[in-house]
Amino acid sequence: MSTEENKVVYTPKDFKSDQEVRWCPGCGDHAILSSVQRTMAQLGIRREKYAVISGIGCSSRFPYYMATYGFHGIHGRAAAISTGVKTANPDLSVWTITGDGDALAIGGNHLIHAVRRNVDINLLLFNNRIYGLTKGQYSPTSVKGQVTKTSPYGTVEPPFNPGELVIGAKGKFFARTIDGDIKLSVEVFTEAAKHEGTSVVEILQNCVIYNNGAYADITNREHKEDRQIVLRDGEPMIFGKNRDKGLVLDGMQLKVVKIGENGITEKDILVHDSKVNNPGLHMMLVNMKWPSHPVALGVIRNVAAPTYDTAVHVQIEKIKEQSPIKNMTDLLHSGNTWVVK
Amino acid sequence: MTKKRELIELDDVVIRFSGDSGDGMQLTGTLFSNTAALLGNDIATFPDYPAEIRAPQGTVGGVSGFQVHIGHSDIRTPGDLADVLVAMNPAALKANARWLKPGATIIYDRDNFTPKNIQKAGYKEDPIAEDRLQDFNIIPAPITSLTKEALKDMNLDMKTVLRSKNMFALGMIYWLFNRPLKYTEEFFQQKFKRKPEVVEANEKVLKAGYYYAETIEALHSTYVVKPAEIEKGVYRNINGNTATAWGLIAAAERAGLQLFVGSYPITPATGILEELALRKDLGVITVQAEDEIAGITTSIGASFAGLMAATTTSGPGLALKSEALGLAVITELPLVVVNVQRGGPSTGLPTKTEQSDLMQVLWGRNGESPVAVVAASTPANCFYYAFEAGRLALEHMTPVVLMTDGFLANGSEPFKIPDMEKMPEIKPPIVPEGTEDYMPYKRDPETLVRGWAIPGTPGLEHRIGGLEKDKNTGNVSYDPANHEEMTHIRAEKVAKIVEDIPEQKIEGEQEGDLLLVGWGSTYGHLVSAMEELAAEGKKVGLAHFNYINPLPANTDEVLGKFKKILVCELNLGQFANYLRMNYPKYEYHKLNKIQGLPFTVAEIKDEAKKLLEE
Repeated sequence: MSTEENKVVYTPKDFKSDQEVRWCPGCGDHAILSSVQRTMAQLGIRREKYAVISGIGCSSRFPYYMATYGFHGIHGRAAAISTGVKTANPDLSVWTITGDGDALAIGGNHLIHAVRRNVDINLLLFNNRIYGLTKGQYSPTSVKGQVTKTSPYGTVEPPFNPGELVIGAKGKFFARTIDGDIKLSVEVFTEAAKHEGTSVVEILQNCVIYNNGAYADITNREHKEDRQIVLRDGEPMIFGKNRDKGLVLDGMQLKVVKIGENGITEKDILVHDSKVNNPGLHMMLVNMKWPSHPVALGVIRNVAAPTYDTAVHVQIEKIKEQSPIKNMTDLLHSGNTWVVK
Repeated sequence: MTKKRELIELDDVVIRFSGDSGDGMQLTGTLFSNTAALLGNDIATFPDYPAEIRAPQGTVGGVSGFQVHIGHSDIRTPGDLADVLVAMNPAALKANARWLKPGATIIYDRDNFTPKNIQKAGYKEDPIAEDRLQDFNIIPAPITSLTKEALKDMNLDMKTVLRSKNMFALGMIYWLFNRPLKYTEEFFQQKFKRKPEVVEANEKVLKAGYYYAETIEALHSTYVVKPAEIEKGVYRNINGNTATAWGLIAAAERAGLQLFVGSYPITPATGILEELALRKDLGVITVQAEDEIAGITTSIGASFAGLMAATTTSGPGLALKSEALGLAVITELPLVVVNVQRGGPSTGLPTKTEQSDLMQVLWGRNGESPVAVVAASTPANCFYYAFEAGRLALEHMTPVVLMTDGFLANGSEPFKIPDMEKMPEIKPPIVPEGTEDYMPYKRDPETLVRGWAIPGTPGLEHRIGGLEKDKNTGNVSYDPANHEEMTHIRAEKVAKIVEDIPEQKIEGEQEGDLLLVGWGSTYGHLVSAMEELAAEGKKVGLAHFNYINPLPANTDEVLGKFKKILVCELNLGQFANYLRMNYPKYEYHKLNKIQGLPFTVAEIKDEAKKLLEE
């Protein structure tokens, strides 16, 4: 690390703590850690301004591996603890590390309310569709019918789609990436950091031990171009190995079309706009599933809106200015008092 | 206004306003209390209301009462029995008949004593006869009809008209006790600034009640209660919840920190959050969280970030917070948790008072999880114990639970305004920038307090959390010996607070036949009982505890000075059990009450006398 006129230059190494990383070999978390360290190194934020806050679960060990300020919380509460940290000191860059069990089961309430308030935090949701740390029970994102230790005959409950939930909770920023795609992850994390408000990034993460291959159908090298679509603002929604497939609106639904067939040209293909406030199309994009559609990656929704932490402090400053009560003594003597002589 | 007959001077008087929960009895009582306080009376108040906002009309279960005790001498309790009862309907009379002094004055709204209402309240036809109140000073006043009459020219809807009948009753009481109307009129003008017609209506009805009382023959005399002879100073009236809120702000000010409060509304603690939400002028950050757990965890986050953090709740909320409270224990972060106790278990009696959360506060967490515990004992000293909770939390890097209860929260009394300059300065162990070899769990060898490194400080980056930590480096440690040592350190750190708190005082006799022991909100009743027993020549002392964990250093000595010990508390004997656990050599007699009500002085005296005679 070198300092030059307050401008700091870091390498990812500056964000590595001295603790041995204890995730299973082959776990998707290793790649995510590396993507976060790379992102932080290039954001231009001083290291002491980062606070990494987590809940409980495999992913939540994350803060121990970071050389920043870090807080390992309790199960489900990462978003609430982060809300406290950021509201207490809006000058900090707060990163919330959570998983599908932590954020969507036990901590569901905190997630939706952080999103509703639009607290300026970056929330990385490691979604491996399984409880890993407790050794393999189904989670709220497990696919219906998934066989796990607590669903030996397959789950009978439908899963949450995190993006649908976040947008439903008035979310202003939602992005999706894949653990192993470090380039895309860094790109998406950077956008999340730049966005003022609750930036939720769902990371499709593989658990080698308890849910290996959870996303193999879409991440598999042979098929991935045909089964994923990376969305970027201003670019047409085109995908496929031969870049010949695209998305169009067919009535009220998204439809996959082949460019060059039935008179379809590139001009007919939808162009991505993450900044549009109306969540209709964003909702359709987060809900796309293979095999009917490609799975959407990248920044899907990125809409500017006032943040909670700023609003709290703006209001305090305003009332401070207006009120005749400037300290505790003023308060104690305000209103009706009497003197006993 | 001076057609007065006889003016009788009283040392103290207890007035109870009682009606349906929509009748505005809480406001009526509060306005009367404020006027009395501003005239220099000592006062104590006891609001007693149902959990339902508008409980079934006309039934005993729906009765809302506000008792106020005003006096020329030192007033410690809201009084056992009332001298004057205002009953807005038969149910209010039914609910309170047994709480009247013999011969008390009963003013009731005769318009509401219809056969239907009389039966609804559980009487047959004649409430006065059925409750044997014939010898009392009964004033059947046509409150509803005269209120309508007073407002007939104002073109108000009937709902608004009926809503102001409580002011008619208040006007009568003002005349009866020679009180000026001006403070209450000022209140109307302030409160309804933008509704001049409401101000006018309330003032009209208030005066109508005042003049009615002056005119009727039924009131043979009026009373004065002279100002109390209390310590010199500037005073204000304050209730326990406001005092708690202000004590927290005062602690933050003396620590030079911003106050952060994450909280979730819950009866009877909500008033603290409401007061703190008003105090943005003093920089207070309040987060009304999505639930109790977020209330405490946002506060833990704020504490990690370097603010003075607190969360406020009542028993059921504390149950939800208990896992997170353990997180504050293991991360050794300063945090004040206010538990305004109410009747339990579960939802229990939300608006009634009880002291049954003591064991929950001391031990209601997984693992060996010590917290410091203090308890306020009067509405006004909630200020000092909230301040003290803040001081201990910040200087000892530990969660501190402040216990109050519904009786303190809603009760009010005169509060001598303290000189902020004389409040102790609070010095949290903040680690300065540039500290070499900082380690999060490095401690002061004397106090065992760890340093507080605030995020944003260059060079002090560190990680803490709920997993056990190495006693030196603060890294995650599963080492068995380290865990045992850390467990001892956490316990010892809290135990060492004993060196930073005052010794336990004994009031009354310093040694003798019977020591009354109490903690928390029962103070007023216990000290009154002790003084009355002493006046009867009994060798009785009172040890009333405000420091619960750790207990004051001289507790053993205090307990040993009397032949018998009577522990009085509003639960089944939790503090008695706690003392027995710590000091097993004494025999602890118990006086317990679980009715959602405070003790009466008489109950305590009776039990004490029984023991003294044994």
